Amino acid sequence: MAGSQTQLIEGLNALTAGLILLTAFGMVATRQVQGVLRFFVVQSAFLAASAFLIGFNRGSIHLLVLGVVTIAAKVIAIPWVLKRTLPGDVYERREINQAINIPSSLLLALMLAIAAEFLVSPLLATTPDPVIHANLPIGLAGILIGAYSLIARREALPQLVGILAMENGAFFAGIAIAPDLPLIAELVIAIDVILIAVVIGVLTRNITQTMGTTEAASMSELREEHQPWR
Amino acid sequence: MTRTILYNLIQLLFVIGFGPLYAGVLSRFKENVQSKRGPSIFQPYRDLWKLFHKDEVVSSETTWIFRFTPYLVFIIPLFVASLIPVLTDYPLAFAFMGDMLAGGFFLALAGFFAALAAVDTGNPYGPMGASRTRMVGFLAEPVFMIVFFTVSFVAQSTIPYIVQKRWVASPAAFFSPAHILLLIAFFMLILAEGGKIPVDNPTGHFELAMIDESKGLEYSGRGAALMKWGGQMKFLVLTCIFLNVLLAPWGLADDLQPGHVLLAIPLILFKILLFTVILVIIESSLAKLRLFRISEFLGAAFIISVAAMIASIFSTSAV
Repeated sequence: MAGSQTQLIEGLNALTAGLILLTAFGMVATRQVQGVLRFFVVQSAFLAASAFLIGFNRGSIHLLVLGVVTIAAKVIAIPWVLKRTLPGDVYERREINQAINIPSSLLLALMLAIAAEFLVSPLLATTPDPVIHANLPIGLAGILIGAYSLIARREALPQLVGILAMENGAFFAGIAIAPDLPLIAELVIAIDVILIAVVIGVLTRNITQTMGTTEAASMSELREEHQPWR
Repeated sequence: MTRTILYNLIQLLFVIGFGPLYAGVLSRFKENVQSKRGPSIFQPYRDLWKLFHKDEVVSSETTWIFRFTPYLVFIIPLFVASLIPVLTDYPLAFAFMGDMLAGGFFLALAGFFAALAAVDTGNPYGPMGASRTRMVGFLAEPVFMIVFFTVSFVAQSTIPYIVQKRWVASPAAFFSPAHILLLIAFFMLILAEGGKIPVDNPTGHFELAMIDESKGLEYSGRGAALMKWGGQMKFLVLTCIFLNVLLAPWGLADDLQPGHVLLAIPLILFKILLFTVILVIIESSLAKLRLFRISEFLGAAFIISVAAMIASIFSTSAV
């Protein structure tokens, strides 16, 4: 009975892994700034679910606390902080000119996911633990795809979400391979992430107020006068 | 043996009988979501009845393809229905004829003839719709293939009954990342193939924007009825593949007792009802994509299906 329960929890954990990869692709595929943020929130919720499942399975209160911290920080605090600091029109924006268009971006994201699976496969051969088999490749894929969207996106908010998605990926791999990391370290990371969101939010707000845009591409030149046609 | 033949006939009657009901429930729910009362869920049956009693007009410019196509469009979903688990989880009398690939080929054949018949009339809207359907079709083709590859990697077979047993037998396989990614890719494929909203608007009456509907514009009377009924059955069959083989492979009859086979009918109708709710939510909350964005939609489906294949390859090689 206990064995089948463990199997079910491992299965559900693998399900969250699949959904996290899916939301990572979603973040690359969406044009709307608000949509990117929503995908991030959903991904963080799945991350917390995975932490709960693994924590329950291994009887580690520590991971359960981490799950609660993840929900508090990423599902509730970060969207709230961004909503407070950023002017509303940043959310409604659609990103028209990405550095690389969306179908090619998706193909590159797929390549990164394949690379992640390929890179961790020798590591996976050393352990039969199904939790690590589910979390490690997809966590690495999350890091790579987050880094990619940080590079390819041109709007400030999706770039921020790219950083946060990288953190999500690292976290997702981390809870499987290093469940006994000191709690204080994880707490510091969680607070750090909120601080990043605050700093970038305030910065973006100031940039929007002076430049009227948050598009990184139109800020490539250092000029003093205001150029509304840019 | 005679029993399995009988059950097979019941299965075909199920598809013939409930295809229009499925379409009726779907359109009723959609209207309800838009806070309208909507037509009765039996309206598609009345439409078919009306069309069967009308005279058929066939242009003298058309060839045999135009007359032949409605029969083909009506028959093909029945062929496919006899290959897949609709009511039972063991192969019935005619299931030896082919696997999931054969089902794909059958549906492609019907699509091919429907496109030819649309071009055959010389109506300007027909060929336009036909070429658009082909565009959606060839974008969907790679997704179809990768989904089949993934399924055969996971279940070591392309026979739908074995695939279905595989998901039931092993919860580890059922919850694997490959499975959820596969489901999403196949769902996007169903939306594209069934002419549902992000790709095509099934209730639109504006000829220039039509994709799937404009192929049947020239049909009247019996031909129109058969085309319509065939389309509804095709969607029911695709839904059955999705629900019974991939998403929720439970609730099927597992022995030869007639009571269990009959009990499977309400269970499957219930599954389809739940699926309809999801479909209605998607159709009501999304807008139709622009024609050239469809490639992006199906491109995303392709990416997801390839990710599913990669995940299944690496997980099977590791275990």
